[in-house]
Amino acid sequence: MSADKNDHSPESHDTDHLGHEGHNHGSFKSYMIGFVLSVILTAIPFWLVMTGVLPTQATALIVMAFAVVQIVVHMIYFLHMNTKSEGGWTMLALIFTIIVVVIALSGSLWVMYHLNTNMMPTHEMSGMGS
Amino acid sequence: MSATATATEIDPNVFHLEEEPHHEEGSSTMLGFWLYLMSDCLIFAMLFAVFGVLGGNYAAGPGPKELFDLELVAINTAMLLFSSITYGFAMLSMDQNKKTQTLVWLAVTGLFGLAFLGIELYEFAHLIHEGATPQRSAFLSAFFTLVGTHGLHVTFGIIWLVTLMVQVSWKGLIPANKRRLMCLSMFWHFLDVIWIGVFTFVYLLGMVR
Repeated sequence: MSADKNDHSPESHDTDHLGHEGHNHGSFKSYMIGFVLSVILTAIPFWLVMTGVLPTQATALIVMAFAVVQIVVHMIYFLHMNTKSEGGWTMLALIFTIIVVVIALSGSLWVMYHLNTNMMPTHEMSGMGS
Repeated sequence: MSATATATEIDPNVFHLEEEPHHEEGSSTMLGFWLYLMSDCLIFAMLFAVFGVLGGNYAAGPGPKELFDLELVAINTAMLLFSSITYGFAMLSMDQNKKTQTLVWLAVTGLFGLAFLGIELYEFAHLIHEGATPQRSAFLSAFFTLVGTHGLHVTFGIIWLVTLMVQVSWKGLIPANKRRLMCLSMFWHFLDVIWIGVFTFVYLLGMVR
Protein backbone atom coordinates (compact mmCIF):
# COMPACT_ATOMS: atom_id res chain seq x y z
CA MET A 1 0.00 0.00 0.00
CA SER A 2 2.83 2.35 0.77
CA ALA A 3 4.33 1.67 -2.65
CA ASP A 4 0.96 2.46 -4.17
CA LYS A 5 0.98 5.78 -2.36
CA ASN A 6 4.47 6.68 -3.54
CA ASP A 7 3.42 6.32 -7.17
CA HIS A 8 1.45 9.52 -7.20
CA SER A 9 2.05 11.18 -3.90
CA PRO A 10 4.29 14.20 -4.61
CA GLU A 11 1.58 16.33 -6.15
CA SER A 12 -1.48 14.89 -4.45
CA HIS A 13 -0.45 14.97 -0.79
CA ASP A 14 0.75 17.88 1.21
CA THR A 15 3.60 16.85 3.44
CA ASP A 16 2.30 17.78 6.88
CA HIS A 17 -1.00 16.04 6.23
CA LEU A 18 -0.88 12.40 7.21
CA GLY A 19 -3.90 11.58 5.05
CA HIS A 20 -5.54 8.18 4.93
CA GLU A 21 -2.25 6.33 5.16
CA GLY A 22 -1.45 8.30 8.28
CA HIS A 23 -3.37 5.64 10.20
CA ASN A 24 -0.84 3.73 12.16
CA HIS A 25 -1.96 0.34 13.39
CA GLY A 26 0.25 0.49 16.42
CA SER A 27 2.89 -2.02 17.29
CA PHE A 28 2.88 -5.27 19.23
CA LYS A 29 4.19 -3.30 22.19
CA SER A 30 1.46 -0.64 22.13
CA TYR A 31 -1.28 -3.30 21.87
CA MET A 32 0.20 -5.18 24.83
CA ILE A 33 0.46 -1.97 26.90
CA GLY A 34 -3.19 -1.23 26.13
CA PHE A 35 -4.22 -4.80 26.95
CA VAL A 36 -2.37 -4.97 30.29
CA LEU A 37 -3.69 -1.55 31.33
CA SER A 38 -7.24 -2.61 30.38
CA VAL A 39 -6.98 -5.83 32.40
CA ILE A 40 -5.81 -3.87 35.47
CA LEU A 41 -8.43 -1.15 34.97
CA THR A 42 -11.16 -3.80 34.64
CA ALA A 43 -10.03 -6.11 37.45
CA ILE A 44 -9.84 -3.43 40.16
CA PRO A 45 -13.45 -2.14 39.79
CA PHE A 46 -14.82 -5.72 39.67
CA TRP A 47 -12.77 -6.61 42.76
CA LEU A 48 -13.96 -3.48 44.60
CA VAL A 49 -17.63 -4.18 43.91
CA MET A 50 -17.46 -7.95 44.51
CA THR A 51 -15.65 -7.66 47.85
CA GLY A 52 -17.23 -4.39 48.96
CA VAL A 53 -14.15 -3.31 50.91
CA LEU A 54 -14.93 0.40 50.53
CA PRO A 55 -18.06 2.40 51.39
CA THR A 56 -20.71 2.50 48.63
CA GLN A 57 -20.14 6.12 47.70
CA ALA A 58 -16.37 5.74 47.37
CA THR A 59 -16.74 2.51 45.37
CA ALA A 60 -19.11 4.19 42.90
CA LEU A 61 -16.78 7.14 42.37
CA ILE A 62 -13.68 4.96 41.92
CA VAL A 63 -15.49 2.60 39.52
CA MET A 64 -16.59 5.53 37.35
CA ALA A 65 -13.12 7.07 37.39
CA PHE A 66 -11.58 3.75 36.28
CA ALA A 67 -14.12 3.51 33.43
CA VAL A 68 -13.16 6.95 32.14
CA VAL A 69 -9.45 6.11 32.32
CA GLN A 70 -10.01 2.79 30.55
CA ILE A 71 -11.99 4.46 27.76
CA VAL A 72 -9.07 6.83 27.21
CA VAL A 73 -6.63 3.88 27.21
CA HIS A 74 -8.74 2.10 24.57
CA MET A 75 -8.94 5.25 22.46
CA ILE A 76 -5.17 5.69 22.45
CA TYR A 77 -3.85 2.11 22.26
CA PHE A 78 -6.61 0.28 20.35
CA LEU A 79 -8.33 2.97 18.25
CA HIS A 80 -5.01 4.86 17.76
CA MET A 81 -6.61 8.23 18.32
CA ASN A 82 -4.29 11.19 18.00
CA THR A 83 -4.56 14.82 17.03
CA LYS A 84 -2.92 14.32 13.64
CA SER A 85 -4.79 11.50 11.88
CA GLU A 86 -6.98 12.71 8.99
CA GLY A 87 -5.64 16.22 9.53
CA GLY A 88 -7.19 16.43 13.00
CA TRP A 89 -10.77 15.81 11.81
CA THR A 90 -11.24 12.57 13.76
CA MET A 91 -10.27 14.37 16.97
CA LEU A 92 -12.60 17.25 16.14
CA ALA A 93 -15.48 14.84 15.50
CA LEU A 94 -14.70 13.05 18.77
CA ILE A 95 -14.69 16.27 20.78
CA PHE A 96 -17.98 17.35 19.20
CA THR A 97 -19.52 13.95 20.02
CA ILE A 98 -18.30 14.09 23.62
CA ILE A 99 -19.87 17.54 24.06
CA VAL A 100 -23.20 16.37 22.65
CA VAL A 101 -23.11 13.21 24.78
CA VAL A 102 -22.32 15.13 27.97
CA ILE A 103 -25.13 17.64 27.32
CA ALA A 104 -27.64 14.90 26.47
CA LEU A 105 -26.72 12.65 29.42
CA SER A 106 -26.46 15.31 32.11
CA GLY A 107 -29.50 17.15 30.76
CA SER A 108 -31.67 14.00 30.71
CA LEU A 109 -30.64 12.90 34.19
CA TRP A 110 -31.04 16.39 35.63
CA VAL A 111 -34.44 17.11 34.11
CA MET A 112 -35.88 13.67 34.78
CA TYR A 113 -34.60 13.63 38.36
CA HIS A 114 -36.40 16.90 39.10
CA LEU A 115 -39.52 15.68 37.31
CA ASN A 116 -39.51 12.57 39.47
CA THR A 117 -39.03 14.44 42.73
CA ASN A 118 -41.19 17.51 42.10
CA MET A 119 -44.01 16.54 39.77
CA MET A 120 -45.22 13.31 41.32
CA PRO A 121 -48.69 13.59 42.91
CA THR A 122 -48.36 12.85 46.62
CA HIS A 123 -50.92 10.07 46.78
CA GLU A 124 -48.97 8.04 44.19
CA MET A 125 -45.58 8.63 45.82
CA SER A 126 -45.85 5.75 48.27
CA GLY A 127 -46.48 3.15 45.57
CA MET A 128 -43.69 4.20 43.21
CA GLY A 129 -40.67 3.25 45.27
CA SER A 130 -38.30 5.69 43.53
CA MET B 1 -16.51 24.49 -32.34
CA SER B 2 -13.41 26.41 -31.41
CA ALA B 3 -15.55 29.38 -30.36
CA THR B 4 -17.45 27.19 -27.88
CA ALA B 5 -14.22 25.80 -26.47
CA THR B 6 -12.84 29.31 -25.92
CA ALA B 7 -16.09 30.35 -24.29
CA THR B 8 -15.82 27.51 -21.78
CA GLU B 9 -12.23 28.31 -21.01
CA ILE B 10 -12.89 31.93 -20.09
CA ASP B 11 -16.26 31.23 -18.48
CA PRO B 12 -16.16 33.37 -15.32
CA ASN B 13 -18.76 31.25 -13.53
CA VAL B 14 -16.49 28.29 -12.76
CA PHE B 15 -16.04 28.10 -9.03
CA HIS B 16 -14.08 24.86 -8.73
CA LEU B 17 -10.51 24.10 -9.63
CA GLU B 18 -10.06 23.27 -13.29
CA GLU B 19 -8.01 20.30 -12.31
CA GLU B 20 -9.41 18.52 -9.28
CA PRO B 21 -6.78 17.29 -6.85
CA HIS B 22 -6.38 13.56 -7.24
CA HIS B 23 -7.90 11.48 -4.46
CA GLU B 24 -7.16 7.81 -4.29
CA GLU B 25 -10.10 5.45 -4.08
CA GLY B 26 -11.15 5.05 -0.47
CA SER B 27 -8.97 7.86 0.78
CA SER B 28 -11.86 9.29 2.79
CA THR B 29 -13.26 5.95 3.97
CA MET B 30 -11.57 5.98 7.36
CA LEU B 31 -12.80 9.47 8.26
CA GLY B 32 -16.29 8.63 7.03
CA PHE B 33 -16.36 5.45 9.05
CA TRP B 34 -15.15 7.33 12.12
CA LEU B 35 -18.07 9.76 11.69
CA TYR B 36 -20.44 6.78 11.51
CA LEU B 37 -18.98 5.46 14.77
CA MET B 38 -19.51 8.85 16.40
CA SER B 39 -23.18 8.83 15.36
CA ASP B 40 -23.45 5.28 16.69
CA CYS B 41 -21.95 6.63 19.89
CA LEU B 42 -24.89 9.04 20.11
CA ILE B 43 -27.35 6.14 19.84
CA PHE B 44 -25.67 4.45 22.78
CA ALA B 45 -25.54 7.74 24.70
CA MET B 46 -29.33 7.99 24.39
CA LEU B 47 -29.76 4.40 25.58
CA PHE B 48 -27.44 5.10 28.53
CA ALA B 49 -29.52 8.21 29.32
CA VAL B 50 -32.70 6.10 29.25
CA PHE B 51 -31.08 3.56 31.56
CA GLY B 52 -29.85 6.35 33.83
CA VAL B 53 -33.37 7.76 34.12
CA LEU B 54 -35.29 4.48 34.40
CA GLY B 55 -32.63 2.27 35.99
CA GLY B 56 -34.12 2.69 39.46
CA ASN B 57 -37.75 1.96 38.56
CA TYR B 58 -38.13 -1.70 39.51
CA ALA B 59 -41.96 -1.60 39.75
CA ALA B 60 -41.66 -3.83 42.84
CA GLY B 61 -39.87 -6.36 40.64
CA PRO B 62 -36.35 -7.75 40.92
CA GLY B 63 -33.42 -5.31 41.01
CA PRO B 64 -29.79 -5.65 39.90
CA LYS B 65 -28.69 -7.28 43.14
CA GLU B 66 -31.12 -10.17 42.71
CA LEU B 67 -30.52 -10.57 38.98
CA PHE B 68 -26.91 -9.93 38.04
CA ASP B 69 -24.10 -12.45 38.38
CA LEU B 70 -20.90 -10.39 38.41
CA GLU B 71 -18.64 -13.40 37.82
CA LEU B 72 -20.46 -14.06 34.55
CA VAL B 73 -20.11 -10.40 33.58
CA ALA B 74 -16.38 -10.52 34.42
CA ILE B 75 -15.93 -13.55 32.13
CA ASN B 76 -17.90 -11.75 29.42
CA THR B 77 -15.73 -8.66 29.76
CA ALA B 78 -12.61 -10.81 29.50
CA MET B 79 -13.95 -12.42 26.29
CA LEU B 80 -14.47 -9.03 24.66
CA LEU B 81 -11.09 -7.74 25.83
CA PHE B 82 -9.34 -10.86 24.47
CA SER B 83 -11.15 -10.42 21.15
CA SER B 84 -9.90 -6.82 21.03
CA ILE B 85 -6.27 -7.78 21.47
CA THR B 86 -6.51 -10.67 18.99
CA TYR B 87 -8.01 -8.30 16.43
CA GLY B 88 -5.02 -6.06 17.09
CA PHE B 89 -2.74 -9.02 16.29
CA ALA B 90 -4.71 -9.58 13.08
CA MET B 91 -4.02 -5.97 12.09
CA LEU B 92 -0.32 -6.39 12.83
CA SER B 93 -0.21 -9.54 10.67
CA MET B 94 -2.04 -7.64 7.94
CA ASP B 95 0.63 -4.92 8.05
CA GLN B 96 3.25 -7.60 7.42
CA ASN B 97 1.13 -9.02 4.54
CA LYS B 98 0.86 -12.41 6.23
CA LYS B 99 -2.44 -13.67 4.86
CA THR B 100 -2.76 -16.96 6.74
CA GLN B 101 -1.71 -15.43 10.04
CA THR B 102 -4.26 -12.63 9.58
CA LEU B 103 -7.00 -15.15 8.89
CA VAL B 104 -6.06 -17.20 11.96
CA TRP B 105 -6.18 -14.16 14.26
CA LEU B 106 -9.49 -13.07 12.70
CA ALA B 107 -10.89 -16.53 13.38
CA VAL B 108 -9.72 -16.37 17.01
CA THR B 109 -11.34 -12.94 17.32
CA GLY B 110 -14.58 -14.34 15.91
CA LEU B 111 -14.53 -17.21 18.41
CA PHE B 112 -14.08 -14.82 21.35
CA GLY B 113 -16.91 -12.71 19.94
CA LEU B 114 -19.12 -15.79 19.71
CA ALA B 115 -18.21 -16.73 23.29
CA PHE B 116 -19.24 -13.23 24.40
CA LEU B 117 -22.56 -13.53 22.57
CA GLY B 118 -23.16 -17.04 23.92
CA ILE B 119 -22.63 -15.91 27.52
CA GLU B 120 -24.84 -12.87 27.00
CA LEU B 121 -27.64 -14.96 25.48
CA TYR B 122 -27.30 -17.42 28.37
CA GLU B 123 -27.66 -14.51 30.80
CA PHE B 124 -30.71 -13.17 28.95
CA ALA B 125 -32.32 -16.63 28.87
CA HIS B 126 -31.63 -17.01 32.58
CA LEU B 127 -33.22 -13.62 33.35
CA ILE B 128 -36.30 -14.34 31.24
CA HIS B 129 -36.61 -17.76 32.84
CA GLU B 130 -36.70 -16.04 36.25
CA GLY B 131 -39.53 -13.81 35.05
CA ALA B 132 -37.29 -10.76 34.59
CA THR B 133 -38.54 -10.04 31.08
CA PRO B 134 -38.32 -6.64 29.35
CA GLN B 135 -42.02 -6.15 30.15
CA ARG B 136 -41.52 -6.60 33.90
CA SER B 137 -40.29 -3.09 34.80
CA ALA B 138 -38.88 0.09 33.31
CA PHE B 139 -35.49 -0.92 34.67
CA LEU B 140 -35.59 -4.21 32.77
CA SER B 141 -36.87 -2.57 29.57
CA ALA B 142 -33.97 -0.13 29.64
CA PHE B 143 -31.52 -2.91 30.54
CA PHE B 144 -32.54 -5.21 27.70
CA THR B 145 -32.60 -2.35 25.17
CA LEU B 146 -29.12 -1.09 26.08
CA VAL B 147 -27.36 -4.44 26.49
CA GLY B 148 -29.35 -5.95 23.61
CA THR B 149 -28.34 -3.15 21.23
CA HIS B 150 -24.70 -3.73 22.12
CA GLY B 151 -25.15 -7.48 21.58
CA LEU B 152 -26.77 -6.80 18.21
CA HIS B 153 -23.75 -4.71 17.22
CA VAL B 154 -21.43 -7.57 18.20
CA THR B 155 -23.60 -9.96 16.14
CA PHE B 156 -23.29 -7.81 13.05
CA GLY B 157 -19.59 -7.37 13.76
CA ILE B 158 -19.16 -11.16 13.66
CA ILE B 159 -21.13 -11.42 10.40
CA TRP B 160 -18.89 -8.68 8.95
CA LEU B 161 -15.82 -10.50 10.27
CA VAL B 162 -16.79 -13.77 8.57
CA THR B 163 -17.54 -11.89 5.32
CA LEU B 164 -14.11 -10.29 5.39
CA MET B 165 -12.43 -13.63 6.13
CA VAL B 166 -14.04 -15.05 3.01
CA GLN B 167 -12.99 -12.03 0.97
CA VAL B 168 -9.41 -12.12 2.25
CA SER B 169 -9.10 -15.84 1.56
CA TRP B 170 -10.41 -15.33 -2.00
CA LYS B 171 -8.70 -12.10 -3.05
CA GLY B 172 -5.85 -11.87 -0.58
CA LEU B 173 -4.73 -8.78 1.30
CA ILE B 174 -5.47 -6.32 -1.50
CA PRO B 175 -5.76 -2.59 -0.63
CA ALA B 176 -9.57 -2.73 -0.64
CA ASN B 177 -9.59 -5.63 1.82
CA LYS B 178 -7.05 -3.90 4.06
CA ARG B 179 -9.28 -0.84 4.12
CA ARG B 180 -12.28 -3.00 5.09
CA LEU B 181 -10.28 -4.72 7.81
CA MET B 182 -9.26 -1.31 9.21
CA CYS B 183 -12.92 -0.24 9.32
CA LEU B 184 -13.93 -3.42 11.13
CA SER B 185 -10.99 -2.89 13.49
CA MET B 186 -12.39 0.50 14.48
CA PHE B 187 -15.89 -0.95 14.81
CA TRP B 188 -14.68 -3.83 16.99
CA HIS B 189 -12.60 -1.67 19.34
CA PHE B 190 -15.45 0.83 19.49
CA LEU B 191 -17.79 -1.93 20.74
CA ASP B 192 -15.28 -2.73 23.46
CA VAL B 193 -15.31 0.94 24.51
CA ILE B 194 -19.12 0.85 24.71
CA TRP B 195 -18.91 -2.33 26.79
CA ILE B 196 -16.74 -0.48 29.34
CA GLY B 197 -19.68 1.87 29.83
CA VAL B 198 -22.13 -1.04 30.04
CA PHE B 199 -20.30 -3.08 32.65
CA THR B 200 -19.53 0.02 34.70
CA PHE B 201 -22.87 1.80 34.70
CA VAL B 202 -25.27 -1.12 34.34
CA TYR B 203 -23.62 -3.97 36.23
CA LEU B 204 -21.08 -2.57 38.70
CA LEU B 205 -22.98 0.58 39.67
CA GLY B 206 -26.23 -1.46 39.67
CA MET B 207 -24.75 -3.68 42.37
CA VAL B 208 -23.73 -0.77 44.61
CA ARG B 209 -26.76 1.41 43.90
